[in-house]
Amino acid sequence: MAKQENSGDYNSNIWCNIAVIVTGIGQAGKFSHFIEGNMINGLHGRYLSNALAIKASNPELSVFAISGDGCTFSEGGNHFLHTIRYNPSIVNIVHDNGVYGLTKGQASPTSEIGVKTGVQTLGVYNTPFNPIAVAIAQNASFVARGFVGHAEETKNILKKAIAHKGYAFIDLFSPCVSFNRINTYKWYRENTYYLEDDYSPFDQKEAVGRALERQKLPLGIFYINERPTYEDNIQIYKNDTRPLWQRDVSIEKLTALIDSYR
Amino acid sequence: MTIEFNDSISIVLCGAAGQGIATVETLLTTALKKSGLHVFSTQEFMSRVRGGTNSTTIRVSANRVQSYCEKIDILVPFTKEAVSHVKNRLSPTSCILGDKQLFEKNPDAQSCIMVDVNYEAIAEEIGHRVYSNSVAVGVLAGILRTDRALIVELMANKFQSKGEKIVNNNIEAVKRGCDLADEIMASNKLPPIPSLTNQPSVGSELFLSGRDAVALGAIAGGCNYVLFYPMAPSTGVGAFLARNRLEFGIVSDQTEDEISAVNKAFGAWYAGARALVTTSGGGFALMTEGLSLAGVTEMPLVIHLGQRPGPATGMPTRTEQGDLELVLYSGHGDFPRVIYAPGTLKEAFSVTQHAFNIAAEYQVPVIILTDHYFINTSYNIPSLDHKDTKVEKHIIETKSGYKRYEFSEDGISPRGIPGRGTGFIRVDSHTHTQDSQITEDPIVRRKMVDKGFKKLELLKKIAIKPSILGDGNSKIVVISWGSTFHNVKDAVTELGKKGYSMVYLHFSQVYPIHESTFNYLENAKKIIMIENNATGQFAQQLYLEFGVKMTSKILKYTGYPFSIEELVSKLEKEL
Repeated sequence: MAKQENSGDYNSNIWCNIAVIVTGIGQAGKFSHFIEGNMINGLHGRYLSNALAIKASNPELSVFAISGDGCTFSEGGNHFLHTIRYNPSIVNIVHDNGVYGLTKGQASPTSEIGVKTGVQTLGVYNTPFNPIAVAIAQNASFVARGFVGHAEETKNILKKAIAHKGYAFIDLFSPCVSFNRINTYKWYRENTYYLEDDYSPFDQKEAVGRALERQKLPLGIFYINERPTYEDNIQIYKNDTRPLWQRDVSIEKLTALIDSYR
Repeated sequence: MTIEFNDSISIVLCGAAGQGIATVETLLTTALKKSGLHVFSTQEFMSRVRGGTNSTTIRVSANRVQSYCEKIDILVPFTKEAVSHVKNRLSPTSCILGDKQLFEKNPDAQSCIMVDVNYEAIAEEIGHRVYSNSVAVGVLAGILRTDRALIVELMANKFQSKGEKIVNNNIEAVKRGCDLADEIMASNKLPPIPSLTNQPSVGSELFLSGRDAVALGAIAGGCNYVLFYPMAPSTGVGAFLARNRLEFGIVSDQTEDEISAVNKAFGAWYAGARALVTTSGGGFALMTEGLSLAGVTEMPLVIHLGQRPGPATGMPTRTEQGDLELVLYSGHGDFPRVIYAPGTLKEAFSVTQHAFNIAAEYQVPVIILTDHYFINTSYNIPSLDHKDTKVEKHIIETKSGYKRYEFSEDGISPRGIPGRGTGFIRVDSHTHTQDSQITEDPIVRRKMVDKGFKKLELLKKIAIKPSILGDGNSKIVVISWGSTFHNVKDAVTELGKKGYSMVYLHFSQVYPIHESTFNYLENAKKIIMIENNATGQFAQQLYLEFGVKMTSKILKYTGYPFSIEELVSKLEKEL
């Protein structure tokens, strides 16, 4: 994250001291250790809960929740579903490689049917989780898919995600060069395409249709649905924008509340 | 041994869920307290929304009354099942005041004094049987000689929002109830009711439940974020804070599950908020990995756990002190923690308030253990002394190069938060270096673990000492912890009247235990532990800490609280 610059035409330049990177467990979960900045490297599956509460405690912070497909869709599946519902203004990047790298190559929730591993010796028979379709169906406010092999395009998606007000979800294809011999850089280059320039990301049904495509996987911004954020809905920042740490309990109000029990 | 409760009257309301017992309880306790009498009330109820049989015990006294007795002076049954539900508490001096159809043929009622009072018939004369409860309030308040003007005012306030007609009908209902009380008293059907002297100063005291005291303590502790997944008996604390959230600027979150609750609390503290998680044993069990995370990252955390009987779903609306070992040993790995177990409303307020400061200063998880009985029991107290409390944030402004886990003499590294200062706040669930990088270095590992236990040594020194009551020189020691305080205290007092001498130690902090405890244990001839669980979990802690075994343990794990009578009889056998 660059230091504050005033030249940007979008508000994705963030002073690094107000950015927080929250990661879970897995290879992608180590992300925060490679960045000089505020960070939590928390538990497996729970990073979205950490991230949401950070944003709700101090809306001035820019919160980046980053982990992998196992952490987000398996261990933390419930939090993924519910964070979409809350709609906090956080950027959620899921490095999706279709394999458990940290534990040396077991299937992940996004592994394709038939993929054999040292554990799934008969090949995967569980239906792959479709995070994009689920997120759109749940009315997530920003849903995109990128591929790390396309640096420029991914950067553009991230900029839009950062500028978006509300929960921004990016499923980011990130090949595991050690344990996934199928979904390689080459495979992703050959099996993906970008949503057309005239594609409108505001139609939920159309977006779900695109998310269900499996022959070639679309990349880009599938869906945008502007709606009130969690920080707005809780209302406590409406008349007082100070983050929680700056506030003090009002003894007068507490006295009045206690006295109501007299 | 019979106990003479000659300065108090015990009233039991018994009926089905949904019949409005709680309304009668609220109106009656408020009226009695405002009229200058000391009031205690506790509820026992089934885990169902409608039907079943529930009861509320209200004790009224000229002196402070804060404990539970079995004896019933007046029973108001609302259903046919009511009398049998409380049959073990009835005696020939118990008076049943109600519609005779509900009890006249019930063998359990036959030894009691039966007075036919048809609340419903009067209510129907006024216009609708919905006013029956107000008639009952009037009858009971009348028998206790409560000032009529005060009750009328109370009814007017209570039903104000429902319009003039409903207010007037309710006022008419209580007045008719009071008239009926006069008739009953004149008829000499009742045994003599102790004449209770009102004390005007009591009228302006607080009337609170354990739930209220914990929630108010949280607000006084600077709590500005509350997280919970609904679970009896802990939900009330969350609901209390949710109701007051806009007034006090509290984020209130009913999370998707308990795992999320604890991990959100973690994120909130990281960002400088003061978060409270409220749960029960089953929910806490799901949070234990998060507790361990707070342990390794030295993140402050405050959890209120309202205990109920387990294992698993157990008895959702009953009481037990069975989760001490759960909170003490949960969370993988070794890390320090603090556990409070308030015995009085004042303690519940003060330890909850204090918990936030201790968590912030020592950067450890702090757990407040209450239980169903404590949460659902109310009585009057003069004040909470909240103006003396202070919110201590213990957050520094960081500078560039700040190390979150910098080694220090006492094990405490000053805590920064993101957005305050120029340092980076890095916390890591792995064993980490001083600047939060993952490490597998054996020396750093050992020093980081030791760092935590240096803090535990400090926490031991500032542990809350046990309250000492009774004869401080006695070699007979009675011990209890948490919610049993008032009931044990009154039992010890009763036995004292009979000539028994003993010292009573009550613990409102159960971990770490204050070292002065040993002075009372080492020379004791007899140590009697009283716990609302099956194995004596606190007795085990005293043994582990001081190598002292209890002479005997009085344990109750039926799902119900101890009564004074029961404790007097069980303790007497051990003396």
